[in-house]
Amino acid sequence: MDWTWFHRLASPPHVYALAVRLTPWFAWPAALCIAAGLWSGLVLAPPDYQQGDGFRILYVHAPSAWMSLMVYVTMATAAAVGLIWRMKVAHAVAASCAPIGASFTFAALVTGALWGQPMWGTYWQWDPRLTSELVLLFLYLGYMGLRAGIEDPQRADRASAVLAVVGVVNVPIIHYSVTWWNSLHQAPSVMRLAKPAMPFAMLAPLLLMLLGFTLLFAALLLTRLRAEVLARERAASWIREVVSV
Amino acid sequence: MNQRDGHVAETLGALDAPGAQPRDLPAPARRADAIEAARLALLRDLQLAFRKPGQLVQPLAFFAIVTLLFPLAISPELARLRELAPGVVWVGALLGSLLALEFLFRDDAQDGTLEQYALSGQSLTGLMFAKTLAHWLLTGLPLALMAPFVALSLGVSAAALPGILLAVAVGSVALSLIGSIGAALTLGIKRSGALLSLLTLPLSLPVLIFGARATQLAIHGTSFLGPLELLAALAVLGVTLAPLAAAAAVRISLE
Repeated sequence: MDWTWFHRLASPPHVYALAVRLTPWFAWPAALCIAAGLWSGLVLAPPDYQQGDGFRILYVHAPSAWMSLMVYVTMATAAAVGLIWRMKVAHAVAASCAPIGASFTFAALVTGALWGQPMWGTYWQWDPRLTSELVLLFLYLGYMGLRAGIEDPQRADRASAVLAVVGVVNVPIIHYSVTWWNSLHQAPSVMRLAKPAMPFAMLAPLLLMLLGFTLLFAALLLTRLRAEVLARERAASWIREVVSV
Repeated sequence: MNQRDGHVAETLGALDAPGAQPRDLPAPARRADAIEAARLALLRDLQLAFRKPGQLVQPLAFFAIVTLLFPLAISPELARLRELAPGVVWVGALLGSLLALEFLFRDDAQDGTLEQYALSGQSLTGLMFAKTLAHWLLTGLPLALMAPFVALSLGVSAAALPGILLAVAVGSVALSLIGSIGAALTLGIKRSGALLSLLTLPLSLPVLIFGARATQLAIHGTSFLGPLELLAALAVLGVTLAPLAAAAAVRISLE
């Protein structure tokens, strides 16, 4: 098998050019999917017979929660690649993931709390999924804090990569222990969110939004990666060829 | 500091017999060598700690004072405090263990001992395990021995105390191991206390959950074997993986 494509990914100018070329291919489909998903979810889908229009926040909440986990796994994978093959660009990818993931996690928490007000009668319920999401936010904050705390950039890359790998091993343990904890304390007021099969008119917008958020993450990641590579390579001569000041 | 330097030389001198490079030895001899190195590192840490007994008492005093806050802040009624006892014991033990983490690698990083460990040709993972074990013996075990007295002061009946001791003893093994990763990652960062808590506490939550549950069951006089076994599983997982991660983090800090 030809591994040239993989080795070329270690070269910052190549990755920069690739990111510039690929960004619109993710950004435009993301915009289309999210616009279509919002229109069909907020306008076309029928109101829920129990939750009324309140359920529509699901179309932002569920994709955010899904992305919060997916970004963490992406970040840890990139970090592991950086550790194993000592690939600087992989560390740049991991560094670019963290603020995006933290933002998705924050969005999932805020939309979850807003959903909780009409459904549970309170903004915050110690529900297992919300609690795990909160812990995930702390994992992101710890990762960013460690990265910011170490001055030498290469040490910051490698130390935070170890933390990301340790974190990804722990995420399932934390999730299941929190679920186990909550099954003991289950308050009777908590609404059962296990839904019977969702009708297609409600499900289709959700799938569109999931696809849109995933594409949005790719576009954001590529954009951040460009900035990250430029910042890291600011002393290199190829920068002058791609950026005209 | 001279005491410490003497000890490094002693520990490493025992390892570096002239002409016998550890790498050249056959595998079984190398394994015996690694165990001996870990044993020496463990003894060294214990000896150094007992020369500064003041530092050993700090986490215990902290545990006691955190416990004191709850009756003052909530209510002196023992019936209410008994309900809160598992939470108080575990939050106190968790914070006490966290407080002691700063000392785990700090002195050794400052005087170059960690660098010598990394250069010694011995398994750094084994040495990290020894250091973490010493840390548990010096903080986790004393905290576990103190936990029954804390519980007693919160109105827990004497029958529950052995269970509480056991739960904190097993759980604190996992806490020391998780903490060793955080302490190694924050080496060389100035004023790393807040960052160390931000890194360590989210990873410690499963220990807190299972530990508090085991304590609660022990207080209610029912079998607490289930959560205790989960705590032990976390400790075993920590023993297998945490020294590896801590050793990687120490190497990175020395780059």
